Amino acid sequence: MKAETLAALQDARVKRRAVTLATRLSDAAEALVYRDDAKGELASDAAIVAAAQRAMDIGKSETVDIGGAKIFLNVYVPPPRLIIVGAVHIAQSLAPMAAMLEFDVTVVDPRGAWATTQRFPGVKVIQDWADEAFQAMGLDVSTAVVTLTHDPKLDDPALEAALKSDVFYIGALGSRRTHAKRKERLAEVGITEEMFARVHGPVGLNIGAKSPAEIAVSILGQIIEVRARRLEALSAPKVAAA
Amino acid sequence: MSDALEVLDQVGQWKADGKGVAVATVIVTWGSSPRPVGSQLGVDDAGNMVGSVSGGCIEGAVVKEALDAIKDGKPRLLDFGVSDEQAWDVGLACGGKVQVFVEKVN
Repeated sequence: MKAETLAALQDARVKRRAVTLATRLSDAAEALVYRDDAKGELASDAAIVAAAQRAMDIGKSETVDIGGAKIFLNVYVPPPRLIIVGAVHIAQSLAPMAAMLEFDVTVVDPRGAWATTQRFPGVKVIQDWADEAFQAMGLDVSTAVVTLTHDPKLDDPALEAALKSDVFYIGALGSRRTHAKRKERLAEVGITEEMFARVHGPVGLNIGAKSPAEIAVSILGQIIEVRARRLEALSAPKVAAA
Repeated sequence: MSDALEVLDQVGQWKADGKGVAVATVIVTWGSSPRPVGSQLGVDDAGNMVGSVSGGCIEGAVVKEALDAIKDGKPRLLDFGVSDEQAWDVGLACGGKVQVFVEKVN
């Protein structure tokens, strides 16, 4: 491994940028493969770059045989992140449970009385409007967004921004009736019915959850399910080919 | 994954301190191997370790190879498993097999 490679891997981690390090085992020649870029000695080999990007999509490191050479693909993806919009009661259950599941958790709420580190020990708390916070954080494919405020002023801009990104999960608290109204409001800012279908609402698995902690479990159950199904779907073509 | 990143941080620090450094990575596993593919062990030229490539069973042997790799600069491919007498000696007693790639950080 080259020292520059090591530095690039550390840089990618800070920027939450997914990268695969491809290494030819015979001579340790390398390529750093990003979603939209590739660098290093092996970067000109299209088959290696394609395999590295596929490994990144699935999130699985593996050794492959390409043109008779053994290539190890080591995938470095940012940890899954959960952004909770609304520093409300449910968030106080959801945040620590998500952290236990090794999500990188951030709570966003512009209301100072709610968005305090006292109410959310050990979790990142940002006192700001969600759309502005999102811009600073950068939404990505390993991020989930859940809105909990019930207040269209706070929830709608967050949903709009999330829907225009490639986050893997979007959930919005609220009844079916609230959700239908939400769809109408977002249509006015250009969110089509097809786009809106990405929002899980009412949020969470239907397990009869009532208390904040139960609702948090139902939301996390749904996030785990969506994430697992997505990874299964991405892995499927390989299984079929083998 | 966070383990791997912790390894990279320490390895980067050793490198910045001017030490010779090697990284060992689990590249293939069969059966009930204790650490998944991609798990890494960083080794400095004094034999200090960070991370892991097994539950502690093969680290000793891997460190020895890593020290050699730091000296001669050549990458190494190591096999450990039930079919390998030496592996039993070093004690991968969980019944799994792993292949470990060891390379110097240049």
